[in-house]
Parts: sequence; structure tokens; C-alpha cells
Amino acid sequence: MSAELMLDASNQPDLKRRSLLKGLGLVTGLALTVGANGLVRAATAEEPKKFGGDAMPGGLKDDVLVFVSIDSDGIVNIVAHRSEMGQGVRTSLPMVVADELEADWAKVRVVQAEGNEAKYGNQNTDGSRSIRHSFEPMRRVGASARMMLEAAAAAQWGVPVTEVQAKQHQVLHKPSGKTLGYGELAAAAAKQKVPTAKALRLKSPAEFRYIGKLNTRNIDGRKIVTGATHYGIDTKLEGMLHAVIARPPVFGGKLQKFDASATLKVPGVVKVLELKSSALPPLFHPLGGVAVLATNTWAAIKGREALKLTWEHGENKAYESKAYRKTLENAARKPAKAVRNNGDAPAALAKAKQRFEAEYYQPHIAHSSMEPPAATVRIIDGKCEAWACVQAPQATLETVSAHLGFKPENVKINVTLLGGGFGRKSKPDFVAEAALLSQAMGGKPVKVTWTREDDIHHDYFHTVSLERLECGLDAKGLPTAWLHRSSAPTIASTFVAGAKGGAPFELGMSAVNMPFNIPNVRVETTEVPAHTRIGWFRSVSNIPHAFAVQSFANELAHKAKRDPKDYLLDLLGPARKINPDDISDSWNYGESPERYPLDIGRMRNVVELACKKADWGRKLPKGHGLGLALCYSFVTYIATVVEVVVADDGSISIPRVDIAVDCGPQVNPDRIRSQAEGACIMGSSLALSGEITFKDGMPQQSNFHEYEVLRIDEAPRDIRVHIVEHGLDVPLGGIGEPVTPTMAPAICNAIFAASGKRIRTLPIRDQLKKA
Amino acid sequence: MVTLEINGTSKQFDVPNEMPILWALRDIAQLTGTKFGCGMALCGACTIHLDNEPVRACVTPVSAAVGKKITTVEHIEHDAVGSAVQKAWLDLGVAQCGYCQAGQVMAATALLKTTPNPSDEDIDEAMSGNICRCGTYPRIRAAIKQAASGVKSAESKQGAKS
Repeated sequence: MSAELMLDASNQPDLKRRSLLKGLGLVTGLALTVGANGLVRAATAEEPKKFGGDAMPGGLKDDVLVFVSIDSDGIVNIVAHRSEMGQGVRTSLPMVVADELEADWAKVRVVQAEGNEAKYGNQNTDGSRSIRHSFEPMRRVGASARMMLEAAAAAQWGVPVTEVQAKQHQVLHKPSGKTLGYGELAAAAAKQKVPTAKALRLKSPAEFRYIGKLNTRNIDGRKIVTGATHYGIDTKLEGMLHAVIARPPVFGGKLQKFDASATLKVPGVVKVLELKSSALPPLFHPLGGVAVLATNTWAAIKGREALKLTWEHGENKAYESKAYRKTLENAARKPAKAVRNNGDAPAALAKAKQRFEAEYYQPHIAHSSMEPPAATVRIIDGKCEAWACVQAPQATLETVSAHLGFKPENVKINVTLLGGGFGRKSKPDFVAEAALLSQAMGGKPVKVTWTREDDIHHDYFHTVSLERLECGLDAKGLPTAWLHRSSAPTIASTFVAGAKGGAPFELGMSAVNMPFNIPNVRVETTEVPAHTRIGWFRSVSNIPHAFAVQSFANELAHKAKRDPKDYLLDLLGPARKINPDDISDSWNYGESPERYPLDIGRMRNVVELACKKADWGRKLPKGHGLGLALCYSFVTYIATVVEVVVADDGSISIPRVDIAVDCGPQVNPDRIRSQAEGACIMGSSLALSGEITFKDGMPQQSNFHEYEVLRIDEAPRDIRVHIVEHGLDVPLGGIGEPVTPTMAPAICNAIFAASGKRIRTLPIRDQLKKA
Repeated sequence: MVTLEINGTSKQFDVPNEMPILWALRDIAQLTGTKFGCGMALCGACTIHLDNEPVRACVTPVSAAVGKKITTVEHIEHDAVGSAVQKAWLDLGVAQCGYCQAGQVMAATALLKTTPNPSDEDIDEAMSGNICRCGTYPRIRAAIKQAASGVKSAESKQGAKS
């Protein structure tokens, strides 16, 4: 079966699947997976391969007339085309424009873009790439506006443009000292020619006013602490109905019959509607079920409780986590499909005097952003308008228009603030639900709210995985051979029914691109089926891969009776740059292999920095231990040192974490820190308690009493973020995700140092508790 | 019909007695600053003050608020402690996505009203019912301490004037 065939085999509404899949890196992924026998090779491209933002659907846009407008009172309106979910992008990108534009930050208003990639360029807010891809275009936007203001002022004064200069919201005529404010110049500036790429003059970094500084506060900060923000769940429209939905409890199941007579007696309930379940693959389709529409959310919830429902559970009804772990283990203990092969690892393993092997298990996890999915839709005169907390507004537009049978130009997606996203809100199934309900109600505004139980039960879960590592060792205890077999359902199964085997964009996250200096390396992927919706979760496959690889490296160090830091540096080998293509990593986070090689020098440097700041090797009280982990992800280099305390009763606390961050130059340094702090806590939460288990095809956790997330009293207490300084000659890296995957291995390595107990199964939970 | 006093204004609500205050606020009074997070008093996103006590609006029925004063995040800036908490939150850039922060601000304000100089243990006890999935806990802790010193210095200035 070819990739084309699979892509065309849709019995779903036309979702422009090709562009959708391309955006996810799945088209290339599938072509490679399906087309190659055994080893993955780069596809022959008909046109030169594009990288970075240029390779994303919609590409990059830098049209000043799209992104900036100035009011006559001097307020500068700057469009934020990415979704704000806590990473600070509604501040950071407009701040870049404002800097080049010489705007006074106090006079900047941020306007959130609706979903429209033809106009704004790619809007997918994921992959830790908003700043990485949009920094340069946003600089050009700001610089264009600045030059147009200068040209307008020069024309008004009748002086050469070389004599004028824009500075902090006004243009100055240097010889005469005359000034004109941005508001006064706005109308004339808008009529100026947009500077050509050649004429455009960007600031030198020494002239930056906000970029790399700490003087721009969160543009939404005041609204957040006064309760004035608008999240997806907060939309209020005249005559709006509130809906909750009972969805098939087993993935792939559907409604058999239902009785709503008791529901219709609940005060406030207006209507009960059946929603059809879509055929597989799940894509971003609604799951179907029965919707209860009411005059308020509580009545809808009570109404749903009163439904009598009979489901047909379908083919995933036996999905059970313990049994499935066996499936993963069995697959991982047999040869599988090679996706990287340097040297001859099987032969070297066979020859090795000493061998060592270990298996690491990472369960499913749920995103559980504090705002559950929620969306409001209304339809007036054949035009649909949605308000939704979505990371991918263009995919939302395509999904909603396909389900309604509307032309895309008749659908408008307003992006609200997101109360957390973490990858869940890239999937707009919940917006399509609201659209279908509004359509069924003759266009009336309908808000769909997911309860916490809905959110956890019907997540696009992070995959479950079993990572098996085998090593042959030389006399010094260093590996001569490395075999990594990754066994996990693939995210591709959400887009292509029955897809199995890791896709390049999954395996390229710390498995295939494992950076150690080992002569014989083989990485394999098993082919195991998915039994639930699998989606990407903050840092994605780096979570299981880094847990396995960095734990294994630590186990090898102890086996060799070496200091784990020194041993890790030996594994890395000398500072050098590796072309990802040379180690079969065709993905490289979508970036150019020349511009973004694997830089072992930068890896060594973050290890040294984290250890220096953490005072690695210091004397610790009994029960304390230090653990180190390194992860290169989203083209950013992170090393983390965790101090844990294992108490006599086996309970664990984390008094201190030192994180070394090398994400290239810093655009918004405080948000780099906050992302590192937050990812540290989220990664710790996943390691300590994050687990969704399945039984009878259904998740066994329903709310925060069963799916436990870290609270303030359990969180790492003292988190220190150490950022490597770079100029703009170094390319930008991501920051939203990269700290996350270092946490589990650093914590587990610290636990070993503190207690001698090795954790290979996550979460840690009470594995150290004494009976 | 129940009468509720919300942020200093009394209004009649045609809702069942057992409706949680959360939904009366959000869907009837159109005050959406108070957030829904779990519906089981597990996450604290819906924290409001009932006669200055922090309560979880998602499990507290409107009948329990009759004759009492409801204060929500929309009104807390009129409280000296609440305003000091908001200032500290902004000064330290606490919020990430911000969704849980209404509840955090309300819980922190309630803490500082009874415990003007909280220890780490006091903070753990008062704030561990409020989940932040973005992981802003270290800054929440620091902001509570900063707000505590802000409240004290405001009080001492007040004292010096009088």
C-alpha cells in the first residue's frame, strides 16, 4: 500500500488531509515508512526540500499591512497569529514587531488573528516553533512599519528620509528637532510603499529595546488577575445554549440506543440530539454520542446524568493496559524494522564480552489542561462563526467547514485564550461538535463544554511505550554496540487507520538521533496497534525515549563504576557537529540539517553548566541524591540536575533542580525561564504520578483524584534556570517543550543515587514505599 | 428564586437551590472570571470568597450562599489584600496560561487575610488545593511572600499617617 493510496482512502468529509498531514510531518513520514524496505532513506524530492517555517502549510508571511495598523491616537495594533496557551506568544511575537517598529510597549494593542493561513501564514501553535519560525518575519514586519512612518514624516516635512529617525513612538527630524507622533503619521504612513526586501533595514542587536530584555510584561497579565480574560469556555452570546455530550466510552464504539425521557424532565434542558460517530481513522472528527442542550451548563450536566444509554463498544473493548504491556514487551524482544543502522550492532553485540540490557515503560498520559476543551459556534445566514481555544485554527476551519458542508470562506474561527494546551487543543474535534449542534438548532449559538471527566476519558492520549535497550561493552565499560527497539502505538494511527510503527517525526525524537559516540548503532521500531486516540503531548516521543536513553546511560555508568557525568561526557565524545542525515534522522524537527546539526559541543556545554551550577559531586545528607539527564529536542539543548530526597518511608521530594538551557539567542528571557520552570514541574508530575490505564477499553481515571497531577506542596521547591548566552549568529531553538523529557530520567537517576533503587517503570508513584 | 449578594450587589436568581454557585456565576450572572476545572472541589480553579472564607464554587450550592457575601476575582482588587496579591502576581510574572490564576489569587488572598506572614508550610496547606498544570508554583510561592510584605508595608505606612 502506498502512502498516496492511504491518503486517498478517506471515507470522511474532505478535510484537505494532505495539507493537514503535511503540517504534522506525516506525509513525508508515511512515504518514508511505507516506501522503504528496512532502512529509511530520504525520499527523492521533485523540488528543493524546504525547511523551517517555509515548509509549513501556509508558509511564513511578513506583510506589514496584514500585521500592523496604527490608530490616529497612536495606538499600535499588532496581530498575534499564534495561539496563547501560557507560553507567552501573544506578548513575545508582538514585542518583536514593537521593537523593530520603535513602538512604546505601553501603546501597543495585541489583536488575535482569526484562523486564516493564506493571510497570516502558518498558525499551528505547536512543535516549540512560534518564535523559531516567526522571529525574522516579525522583525521584517516591524522594520517595514518603522520605515513607512519615517518616509511619511520626511514627505510631510519635505526633507530627505536620511535626516529622520523613528524613536519611541515618534519620528524626529534631526537637523530641526521637529517631531511627529505615530498617531499623527498613521494615515500617511499606511499609504507609503512597503519597503522591498533589499531596502529593508533591520535593527542591529545593540539597538534592541525589548528583544532579549525583561521590560515587556505579559500583555494579558492584568486581565488574568482580574478575571477579565476570554478563554474558550467563557464565550457569552445572546440566546446561547449550553451543551454537554455523552460520547462512546470505548474508542471506535458507537451508540446503539438511548432514552432521553428523564433528561427532558430536568429543568433547563431544551433539547437532546444524537451525534453520529465518524468512521475511522479518528482524525479530528467528533466522537459522536448524545448531546444535551440546556439553558445553563449545570442543567446540561444533570440532563446527561439522566440519559439511559446503550453502546456498541466495538473492536477496542478488550483494551487492557497490563495485557498490552505484554504485547509491547513481546514485540520489543524480537528483531523489528531498522530505522537506523550504523556499523553492525548485532554482530558487535554477539562479539561483546559484556552485555547489558534494560526495558523502560512509559504509560499513557492525559494532557488535562486546566481549561477543558470548550467551543461556541453560531450560524447566521449561512455563515458560521466559532470561538474556540485552539492551537491549530486553520485545521479547525477545515474540520468545521467539512463537517458543516460549508465553504471555508463561510467559516470564521476566532481564537480565544487557551487555558493550557500541551498538544490537546491542536485537535479541534470539540469545535466540530459545537458546529454540528448549532447547525442542528438552526444556527442558534451553542457552547459545548467538556467536563474534566470528558477531558480525561476522551483525550488524544500520549502513547504508551516500551523501550528496550541492549549494549555490548568494552573493557572500560563503554558501549561498542547499541540496539534500541522502540515499541509504541504511533500518532500516525490517528490519521491513517491501522497505521503501525514509529513515524520519522516520532523516532527522530531522541531514538534515531541518539547522539552518543558508539561505532555500531541500530535503532528499530516494532509495529503495534493503537486501541485509543493517540496524540502529541508536550515534547511527544522525547518523553519515553529520553527516559530510556538517559536512564540506560546512567545504569551503564554505575555498571562501569564511573561518575555519571564523566561517563555521559565520554558517551558523547568530543565536540563535533553531526549531520542528522548521517544518522538516518530525516526529520530534524523540520529544520535544515546544515543550519541545525546535532552539536555535541553544545550538548557537552549544557551538561557542564548544569553540573557546575548544581555543584555536582557535593556532599549530600543521607537519603539525598543528584541525578543528571540530557535531552536535545526541538533543536534546543537541555541538561537537568535534580536533587531528590528519599525519606525513610520511601516518599520522594525534590528540593532543588538546576536546568541548563541552550535554545540559541533569547527573545523573551523571562518566558524562557517560565517555560523551563513549568516544563520542569509538568515533567516531574508525569514522572511521579502520570498514568492513564485502560480496562475493558476504557480509561480507568476520571478526575484529579484518580489522575493525579503535581500540587504546590509536592512540586520541586527551588528551580534554577541557567541560560547559555548567544548572539543572533546562532539559530533559534524551541523552549515550550524541551525541558519536559529531561525530568523523568533525572529524577530516576537521582533516586538511584539516593537509594540504590532503579526505576524502569513510570510513574514512580509508590515504588519506593516500604510496606 | 434565591437572592444572592455578589460583589456588593444583591440580585434574584431563578435557579434551583442545589445549583452550584459556579454555574450561577458563570451562566446566569455572566461572571466568567471564576473558572470550571473539575466540578469536584479537586482543583480550586473556582475558588471564591463566601463571607471572606475561600470556598469551591463548583460544589457549593447557591442555597449555602443566601444571606452571605460572595466575592469573586472580578471584585478582589477592591480589597487591600487582594490588590496586593494581584500586584505581586504581575510583578513576578506568575501567570502562564492564566486559567487557574483566578482561583490562585482568591486562595492566596484568603490565606493572607488570616495569616499575614505565612510560612512555606502555611502556603502549602492553603494552596495545595489549587492545581496549576502550567507549573507556576514557585512563582506563586514567591508572589505570596512578596504580597505579604506589601500588605505589611502598606499597613505600617497607614499606621505612620494616623
